[in-house]
Amino acid sequence: MTSIIDRGTTPLGHRRSKFSGERTPRALIFLVLIWACLAFSFLFLLILIVTTFIDGADRFTLSLFTEYPASSPDRAGARPAIIGSAWVIGTTAVLTIPLGVAAAIHLEEFADKRKWYNRVIELNVQNLAAVPAIVYGLLALAVLSFLGVQNKNIVIGGALALGLLILPVIIISTREAIRSVPIEIRQGSMALGASKWQTVWRQVLPASVPGIATGSILALSRALGEAAPLLVLGALVFLSFDPNGLLSGFTTMPIQIFDWTSRPQAGFQELAAATSILLLGLLVIMNGLAIFIRNRFQTRW
Amino acid sequence: MKKTALRTAGPASLLAVALLLTACGGQPEPDAGSGESAAAGEQSGSVVADGSSTVAPLTSAAADMFRDVEAGINVTVATSGTGGGFKAFCAGETDISNASRAIEEDEIAECEANGVEFTEIVVANDGLSVVVNPENDWASCLTVEQVAKIWGPDSEGSVTNWNQVDPSFPDQEIGLYGAGTDSGTFDYFTAAINGEEGAIRTDYSPSEDDNVTVQGVSGDAGATGFLGLSYVEENPDSLKAVEIDGGAGCVAPSKETVQDGTYTPLGRELFIYVANTSYADKPQVKTFVDYYVENSAEVANAALFVPLTDEQVTTAQEELAAVGS
Repeated sequence: MTSIIDRGTTPLGHRRSKFSGERTPRALIFLVLIWACLAFSFLFLLILIVTTFIDGADRFTLSLFTEYPASSPDRAGARPAIIGSAWVIGTTAVLTIPLGVAAAIHLEEFADKRKWYNRVIELNVQNLAAVPAIVYGLLALAVLSFLGVQNKNIVIGGALALGLLILPVIIISTREAIRSVPIEIRQGSMALGASKWQTVWRQVLPASVPGIATGSILALSRALGEAAPLLVLGALVFLSFDPNGLLSGFTTMPIQIFDWTSRPQAGFQELAAATSILLLGLLVIMNGLAIFIRNRFQTRW
Repeated sequence: MKKTALRTAGPASLLAVALLLTACGGQPEPDAGSGESAAAGEQSGSVVADGSSTVAPLTSAAADMFRDVEAGINVTVATSGTGGGFKAFCAGETDISNASRAIEEDEIAECEANGVEFTEIVVANDGLSVVVNPENDWASCLTVEQVAKIWGPDSEGSVTNWNQVDPSFPDQEIGLYGAGTDSGTFDYFTAAINGEEGAIRTDYSPSEDDNVTVQGVSGDAGATGFLGLSYVEENPDSLKAVEIDGGAGCVAPSKETVQDGTYTPLGRELFIYVANTSYADKPQVKTFVDYYVENSAEVANAALFVPLTDEQVTTAQEELAAVGS
């Protein structure tokens, strides 16, 4: 994921020079191995996607979007899961993007890197990006318990867990985007009498919006596919109403898929595959959007 | 476009903080808007159920059918596991706790400490089956001792061939598939067969998803595994259920033998635990639980479990009547 961002935002925009071939036998063997690895993993991905489509195609109908979970696979649909995913991801975006961007601006433009505590924070942000998702679920569970929230499976609770999960990713990608704005822009702004804050707000941030948008969309698409942190919060596997607020109970698509795959009836397996197709489609769209924004709006300095 | 996006960033972050604060301050009661004044048949409010993932399809099925009767009542079902469900239940967070085993001493103590009184209701019967590959023509009936010999903790690494289980069995390696430690199926199977919950050899392929066990057993001629009876009924071509001899002759797992109690020791009851205060004070909980018990046969059939006998239904209704009075 970061590689997509990296390519656009390498400092000074240098593309790395192409493999300037020493065509020694060892290099060739290594090259073949790398391609074999790629082909191998791609083959599995392809098999997975194809079987999912074969299993789920028949059930990928309107009723998947309009029906509630039911005891019989014939009548069941993923409507609350789809709406729940929208609520949770929307809330996650509202919670984390402003906070993540603000944190990145602070770390990149204002924090004094000679101070030890700023370096500790930087190091921790990097490390947090690698923490397994379920840990964030446990953290959110602990926080909600501490606050005395009784029913923890609520939209705001899920958004909190997913927000913690993607915050480091948003901070890191935003910092990359800010860093790619050349120093000359800042110096020019300052030379014209703008204050530090005016420079950041009017020059640096607008110039890095494409990078921030790309990073945020990719982070949100990760949150969209996540089930583990929500399961820890006591995710619902059955509900017969549409999630309709921050304190409403909810389920999401990955949880619904998880529940359906563990049922004995073959019909539920098909439904799970159909929901997977929907989820896959959404992820492809989000990633496509991120790539589009990067290519369309990225300024090359 | 870029400018406007940024202009909104400031207010948006304020909004985010405000949202966080309301989330902390707000008291999300599970029974928010409980319809005390609602007319009969037009009730509202919510019923919160959590607990065993084995029982969840059952309570979900009940909630699904219940929607046709009382569309205004929101029943939610979560799957924290039997133990996790009791934890939330005894903290007063849920109205109903789904359980694939009876409540344990320490859990009762926790409920008492928090002043949560409850009623245990049997809602369905469940059977575990020992299954083998359809090509397996030797193991059609196994005694509990033989099953224990296959699965016991002492057999780890040593019992690996069918002819070790019974000398008359062919020389065929055993492939082992079963439920993983987090499932009620695992707890129940180990307690019933090996005499102690959790006691089992560790060199088998565990899965929290019983469908993986189905696939494993169906693809390996020497395989055996254990899973819920419903999985056998749903996969008649890929699995063969073994008759179990619990001391009184070979008994095949079926609805009838589970119901009449002859399929021992692998037949069991599934429970819901209802908080007495919820049942007495929240009309929507009472309506739902009453409906659940009254229609337990349809519910069990829909969720592929074994229905209660008439006697069991009467017992459940009497227990509920005692709470209501």
